[in-house]
Amino acid sequence: MSYLLIISILLGIIMLAMAGIAIYHKSQVVAIIAAGALGLFASVMYLLLSAPDVAMTEAAIGSGLSTIIFFYVLNRIRTTDEKEEQQLKK
Amino acid sequence: MELFGAIITLLGAIFLLIASIGLVRMPDVYNRLQVGTKATTLGTILSLIGLAIVIPGWSGKLILLIIFVMMTNPVSSHVLARAAYYIKLPYTSRTVVDKLKVSDKVLNVEMEKRYGLESKTLKVK
Amino acid sequence: MVNIILSTALAIIIISIAITMIRFVKGKSSVDRVIAFDIMTIASIAMIAILAQLLGRIIYLDIALVYGLLSFLAVIIIAKYLEKSL
Repeated sequence: MSYLLIISILLGIIMLAMAGIAIYHKSQVVAIIAAGALGLFASVMYLLLSAPDVAMTEAAIGSGLSTIIFFYVLNRIRTTDEKEEQQLKK
Repeated sequence: MELFGAIITLLGAIFLLIASIGLVRMPDVYNRLQVGTKATTLGTILSLIGLAIVIPGWSGKLILLIIFVMMTNPVSSHVLARAAYYIKLPYTSRTVVDKLKVSDKVLNVEMEKRYGLESKTLKVK
Repeated sequence: MVNIILSTALAIIIISIAITMIRFVKGKSSVDRVIAFDIMTIASIAMIAILAQLLGRIIYLDIALVYGLLSFLAVIIIAKYLEKSL
């Protein structure tokens, strides 16, 4: 069982690095991608803790759906910003 | 037989390691994309085939997973390459030829010669 | 013997994910980071399959399938966003 412990420690270090990038990076796109990767590794961590249902929910919601919704909203914000800039130029 | 499958799985893991080393060492977005899609697809498929040899009872789901990886990984790589080309990321200094640009230019000249219009729809965004 | 070889494969895949993290931290454009994310996902699918063999549960393969499907969708959406054609 010791190799599972070592894998958990390495995954925890990778998750900490992802969380640091998600908080401190300047670009919004990179921060959202880092948050999605954090969700992916959290799913593997739940799987190591032998909770497959939580892992499936985390992989579906935390990694996939939240990233998709974030980018959809960012796209909407960007288009409205560009329209306002064009109106200001006129 | 189980040992053979385990060795195939180990070979797939080594391919994944080579892919990640190449991702760090390559100089350009497009080279990284090539490394990241070919070696990774081969490594994952080899790992799953090795597991299917180790446990023959699971081979249905593993074959489903293999087909899924073979279908989705080139598509995502192609979409990323298209995005990287259209937002004009720089090449490395050793790039020789850009076939897509050349073919677009040839197509534009041909359309002008044939129809006499400027063919705005064919230009790259 | 089989378990030792599969544990070694698991360790190699974890090391490859940790090397991919270097490109994720260092990479200049955001497309580089998306490529690193894609490679991490594909390596994680292989890792989950090997874990399913080591722990002896077939339901983990379903999680690998869901994982691959949703990360594929996420990569497509990110690329469409970067291309400004979403």
